[in-house]
Amino acid sequence: MLIKIITFASNLVIPLMIAIICIAGYIKKVNIYDTFIEGAKEGFTVAVRLIPFLVGMFVAIGIFRESGALSILTQILSPVAGQLDMPKELLPLALIRPLSGTGALEVTIDLIRKFGPDSVIGRMASTMQASSETTIYVITVYFGAVGIRKTRHSLAAGLLADLVAFLSSVAIWRIIIGLGSVNHPYF
Amino acid sequence: MINTIWLMMIVLGVFTGIITGTSAEITRAAIESTNSAVNICFGFIGVMTMWSGLMKIADSAGLTRWLATITAPVARLLFPSVPKDHPALAAITMSIVANLLGMGNAATPLGLKAMEELASLGETGDIASDAMCTFVSISTAGITLVPTTIIAIRAQYHSHNPAEVVMPIILMNILATFVAIAADRFFRPVSKGY
Repeated sequence: MLIKIITFASNLVIPLMIAIICIAGYIKKVNIYDTFIEGAKEGFTVAVRLIPFLVGMFVAIGIFRESGALSILTQILSPVAGQLDMPKELLPLALIRPLSGTGALEVTIDLIRKFGPDSVIGRMASTMQASSETTIYVITVYFGAVGIRKTRHSLAAGLLADLVAFLSSVAIWRIIIGLGSVNHPYF
Repeated sequence: MINTIWLMMIVLGVFTGIITGTSAEITRAAIESTNSAVNICFGFIGVMTMWSGLMKIADSAGLTRWLATITAPVARLLFPSVPKDHPALAAITMSIVANLLGMGNAATPLGLKAMEELASLGETGDIASDAMCTFVSISTAGITLVPTTIIAIRAQYHSHNPAEVVMPIILMNILATFVAIAADRFFRPVSKGY
C-alpha cells in the first residue's frame, strides 16, 4: 500500500514540477517561452561535453569485464569475502556494482534466478543492488559535465559508502533471519 | 585515484586477454563501449535541454531562491561554501528529491544542472570544489525511497513478497549516505589539490 502511494506520488512529481515552474513564471510576468529557449541552449553543451569522459570510462570497464579479468579478480578475492562474512556468491555483485549499472543488474538477476528471490542470497543481493549507486559512473558523469578532471576524494568517499552498504546489507539479513555464519546450510 | 583505477582496468584486461586468448572480444568490447557511452550522452541531450530551459524560468520567477531558503538549514550544514540563496542549492535539492522518488531519468540531468551551478561559483579551475565533492559523494550513495527496479525483478521471479526488501534497502541507503557525508568531511582536508 505504502509502495503504491509512493509510486503514485513519484509519477506525479515531474508533471507537477513542470506545470508549477511555468505557472510561477507566468504569474511573475516572466517571458516564459523566450526564457525557456534561452536556458535550453545550455543543455546541448552539457550533454556533448560528457562524451569524452564517458567513452573513456566505458572503454576501460568494457575491456576489464570482457577480458575475464573481473572474474579472475573475483576468484582471487573470494577468501577475503569469507573473512568479511559475505557469502562468496555475492562477491561478483559487490565488485561490479560501482563500475557498471547494467552489469550489476545482470548479476543480480542471475543470482535471483539461480537462488530464488526469497532465498537469503536473493534477499541480500536485492538489498545490495538497490542500496548503492554506480559510483564510478556518477563521478564520471557529474564531474564530466563541468569538465573537472581532478575529482579529489569523491571516489574514495563513494566507494567507502558502497562497501559499508554491501557489508551491512549482508549483516541486516543475517540479523532478520537469525543466521550465525556463512556456513549455515541455508546458503 | 581515478587515474590508477583506469590504468589497472585497461592493463589487467589486456594482459588477461592475451593470456586467455580473448583479444578479439576485447577489441569488440572496446568498440561497443564507445557506442553505448555516446548513446547515453545523446540520450541526455533532450532531457538536459528541457531541464535547463525550465530551470531558467524557475530562476527568473524566483522559485529557485524560494526553494533555497526552505532548504537553508540543512544546506548550510552540508554546503557551507555556497551562498545561502544561490540557485545551486535549489538544483541540489531538486536532484536529491528526484533520487528519493526513484526518478533516475530526471535525477541525473538535475544533478548535472546542480554541478553546473556549483561550477558557476567558480573558484577551482579543473579541480573539484568542496561543495562539488560533498554533492557527488551524497549522490554516489544513491538514496531512494522507491527501489522500483528491484521490486519488479523480484516479482518477475515469483517472490512471495517482492517488497519485503524495501525497509532494509532504505535503512542501508540512509547508512550509506551518512558514511558518504562523513567520509567526505574526513577526506576533505587531505585531498586539496588532487
